[in-house]
Amino acid sequence: MVDYTAADPLSDVFSALADPTRRDIVARLAVGDATVTELAEPYDVTVQAVSKHLKVLEGAGLVSRSRDAQRRPVHLEAEVFDLMTKWIERYRQLAEERYRRLDAFLETMPDNEKEEGK
Amino acid sequence: MTTNTKHETQIIVDPDVPLVRIIREFEAPVEKVFRAHTDPEIFKQWTGPNGYENEIETFDCRTGGSYRYKTSGDGWEGWFRGSFHEVRPNSVIIQTFNYEDIPDGVSLDRIEFEDLGDGRTRLTSTSLVDSFEGRDAFIASGMEVGVNEGYQRLDAILAAS
Repeated sequence: MVDYTAADPLSDVFSALADPTRRDIVARLAVGDATVTELAEPYDVTVQAVSKHLKVLEGAGLVSRSRDAQRRPVHLEAEVFDLMTKWIERYRQLAEERYRRLDAFLETMPDNEKEEGK
Repeated sequence: MTTNTKHETQIIVDPDVPLVRIIREFEAPVEKVFRAHTDPEIFKQWTGPNGYENEIETFDCRTGGSYRYKTSGDGWEGWFRGSFHEVRPNSVIIQTFNYEDIPDGVSLDRIEFEDLGDGRTRLTSTSLVDSFEGRDAFIASGMEVGVNEGYQRLDAILAAS
């Protein structure tokens, strides 16, 4: 059994994405791989600052960098995104199920409390 | 955000604040939707996951009131409780929500009832917790298997990258 209390991967993903610059970086990587220099270009920050953001994204498993290639392009791990989306979708579906039961009850309920006594 | 059929639940998971927001419209007047939340006899029949039963111990849905109920099914049971902080008829319920096995994991819920006219109501339910970890646990609640499998998959992805 793996101890999931020690680390919270989903939370890492959410907090990594809590930063607007990092969200922007992820959005750009969704189009295709890019180098750190390329990623730094549109921002008024240093390459070092972008590297820092990438470390956080890497730590959350959202991006990876090939070790061998000289350019070391940054790659978006789409599967991690899908995973997160699935959890959220599941939570949404549970709410939807609950509300469908409520729909059914609302149909059978009298319009106001007075009618109940009739 | 709005997709497919007219009444599908929408969900918003905020990236900056540890909250989850759920929005749903009902083909029923606001008074009815509100009563379905405040009348324990009705509430217990629709809340919780499909196939689970609810047994109410306390349900005093008014400003300053409290609630406690047991949800059971599928060989599992758990107690939930909280305080009704503010209850304004056909408008809003502000309450706390807590699964008793995780006493610190309390959420502050704001349930808004909006009269859309023509006997329709929009329900907006916002749950705020005090950390992103807590929010994630909240999202993960009621789907233990899915999340553990998910974490294992994520572990594998992290190990490979």
